[in-house]
Amino acid sequence: MVDADGVVEAVNDLAADTLPDEQPGAPLSTSWLAAAHVTRPGPVEGPVEGRVGERTFEAQPAPGPDGTTMWWLVDVTALRDAQRALRIEQRRTEFLGQTAQALTASLNVERSMETAAQLATTHLADAAVVVAPQSRNRLPAVFCVHGGEPVHALLAVDPEDLPGLAEAMQGYPPVPSRWIDPAAAPAWLLPEGMTEVGSIMVIPLPGHGVPAGALVLLGRAGRTAFTDDEVVAGLFAARCGAAMSAAWMYAQQASITETLMRDLLPPTLRRVGGVEFAGRYHAAREFDRVGGDFYDVHVVGDPGADQVESLTVLGDVCGKGLTAAVLTGKIRSTLHALLPMAHDHQQMLSLLNGALYDRDNTMFVTLVLVSAVRHGGGVRLRVTCAGHPAPLVVRAGGEVEAVGIDGHLIGVLPEVESTTAEVLLAPGETCLLYTDGITEARGGPLGDTMFDDERLHQALAHCAGMPADALAEHVHMRAAQWVGAGHHDDMALVAITAPPDRAGRIGKG
Amino acid sequence: MGSTIAVVPEVDEYAERLWAAVADGDETAAVGSVLDGYRAGIDPEALLLDVIGAVQRRVGIEWAGNRLTVAQEHAATSINDRAIAALAHVHRFPEPTRGRITVSCVDGEWHALPARLLAEVLRLRGFRIDYLGAQVPGPHLIAHLHRTGPDAVALSGSIATRLPTAHATITACQAAGIPVMAGGAAFGPDGRYARQFGAQAWAPDARAAADRLAEPLPRPHEAHQPIDDLPHLADQEYTMISRSNRQLVQAMYTGLEDRIPAMRDYTDLQHQHTAEDLAHIVDFLATAVYTGDSSLFTSFILWTAEILEARAVPATALPPSLELLGAELRDFPRATAMLREAGAALASLVAGREVRA
Repeated sequence: MVDADGVVEAVNDLAADTLPDEQPGAPLSTSWLAAAHVTRPGPVEGPVEGRVGERTFEAQPAPGPDGTTMWWLVDVTALRDAQRALRIEQRRTEFLGQTAQALTASLNVERSMETAAQLATTHLADAAVVVAPQSRNRLPAVFCVHGGEPVHALLAVDPEDLPGLAEAMQGYPPVPSRWIDPAAAPAWLLPEGMTEVGSIMVIPLPGHGVPAGALVLLGRAGRTAFTDDEVVAGLFAARCGAAMSAAWMYAQQASITETLMRDLLPPTLRRVGGVEFAGRYHAAREFDRVGGDFYDVHVVGDPGADQVESLTVLGDVCGKGLTAAVLTGKIRSTLHALLPMAHDHQQMLSLLNGALYDRDNTMFVTLVLVSAVRHGGGVRLRVTCAGHPAPLVVRAGGEVEAVGIDGHLIGVLPEVESTTAEVLLAPGETCLLYTDGITEARGGPLGDTMFDDERLHQALAHCAGMPADALAEHVHMRAAQWVGAGHHDDMALVAITAPPDRAGRIGKG
Repeated sequence: MGSTIAVVPEVDEYAERLWAAVADGDETAAVGSVLDGYRAGIDPEALLLDVIGAVQRRVGIEWAGNRLTVAQEHAATSINDRAIAALAHVHRFPEPTRGRITVSCVDGEWHALPARLLAEVLRLRGFRIDYLGAQVPGPHLIAHLHRTGPDAVALSGSIATRLPTAHATITACQAAGIPVMAGGAAFGPDGRYARQFGAQAWAPDARAAADRLAEPLPRPHEAHQPIDDLPHLADQEYTMISRSNRQLVQAMYTGLEDRIPAMRDYTDLQHQHTAEDLAHIVDFLATAVYTGDSSLFTSFILWTAEILEARAVPATALPPSLELLGAELRDFPRATAMLREAGAALASLVAGREVRA
């Protein structure tokens, strides 16, 4: 009980134990309590809080007799400690949650390193360096200073320069995260904007069974240890390591896939021997880039000759997806090897049939072969079909004609036969090779209707005089829009166009 | 580019020459006019945007005015594409000194030229560019982003009905940690749909896009779900309409045949065109319901009425089509309100025309 002048009137036993300095008749000596008492009596009375020795107390004022104030003291030390621990725990959880979310976003190695370095500086250190395993005698690293952007570097340094780094990078012998003497830090470790370092910690990043690199945390000079939280740093490192190693493995796989895929992808077509070519390819499944349709345009004989002849191949193997694509790869190589026989389509087809029939007679393919050579102002074609839809010719006046040929599909019968037709293209005219993925595309505004030959003819009738590329694009668009979001088979198209003599007019209408 | 104003008449001259060549289907003359402009010292960026880009815009206008067919539009675009390739062949692009940008079209988009022009402009300005073009399925784009880790994706879209796909693509890029800049007519003249879908940036044209990308785009922080941007989708109206679009077209078609007896004598091709027009109406309504923006549907209906007028086709089928669709969707309050609004706007447009006549 304290009077209006701040003089202690009475102290109960418990208070006397807690506050031995407070004596009845003497002024209040506990400074935070005295400061609060001066404001008494006020309109709103809340508790005040302060430290007594090692403990924290909350003091609640209550009006006493004769203008005195009774201060009730409650020991809140344990409560406050628990609250502080909870706040720290909440921050850690939030940080680790953020970490998981940010790190799982990308499967790109550089991006994961940036994310790791940046996150480390938000919670764990003034600056951070993420070092990835050595590649070609260099250490890829990302530096980040608190509040700054991550910066990439390719370090030509020896990991032995930094105590603990080599072990962390190797993943053995197993090393705990460790503090090292800042004086031992090599100069390359300091990120730009940081001159002096007060503390350094090297933490291994464990990957999926392989070391994913190391994290180096840096604290500014003059600052006490930036993190008393080695447990959080460890958990953080585990997540960064897992993310970086997943990204690394993805990159490896993607690079292998790309290498293997390169030869399976449809080629980019261009002008060969004064004849225009354009191709379009649309794999059946959204996530595939290749399928069972294929095309190639080869130069036959000497590319420097006066009259360069080309051989165009468009085909469709049984099956879908990657398995079918691998088969197209074999057929394409076989046909490439048979190019010296390009003058005799029938013989090429017989040899290919022999190869497929002997190997495995469950594999078959339908094909169109077209040899093209400049002839006067136009182009002379020799067209052969093997169980494939006949190519269509778009004449200058907009007439659309199917080339009248027929032949066996390849790989099923011991002997195959086919007929070859000669077609002359006048300037601006086009011969279109296509697979049944175009005509058998199901869709349309009312659903489940085939695009069919008639609609393909109609679309082509508007394409007289068009450049090869525009024609291929136009037909591809018509068929794809017909299908809409629905399912379709692989689609492939090749347009072979005799260039206009001056430059063809677009047929109006 | 300090002398832009001084060269404007010259730029217009080359644009006029290119237009004449393109309209004539003369690829050699088209490429020649662009290369002549280049040799005359016109800034390559101006050649791309104020010559080739200007001609491409004119191609669109001529098509809308029924002075070019879709096939001719393709031929013109392909010639413009060759002109860009020719320019890219003769000009020495600077070594990339700025960020890496992936330029792609929304899946299902067929107008690749604006994206191609942007890609070339960005290369001119020193960016490292991966140009993926049109017809890029979402999974391919995302795989590309993981593999290359670009600083941003520039996503181009010109067809409004691909907006839901654009939204999914934007969200997917962001989930892969890559910020997105959206551009093109589909996102609205003020870029409202780009903002609505949470893109990090929007640009009205290629120059503005290149200027904006000079500053790195902010990294997307929190992965968000598409539904967070469009809480109204919770009513499932979009899902129901887009899922049953073909049944809706069928029902409208049958209803129209009862109302317009002349339809029974249509040729197969006329039947198909009518069904395609109805499918367009359903697609645009679904997109308007998706974005929650009724003006998207109303302006499509008014634009259709104008296109039909340009093609001298009476728009008599439009009002009953809207009514029939409204009857099918009577349980969907948002869609019904949009159909009413468009119907009213169409009625006042027709009334205005009658007064003028």
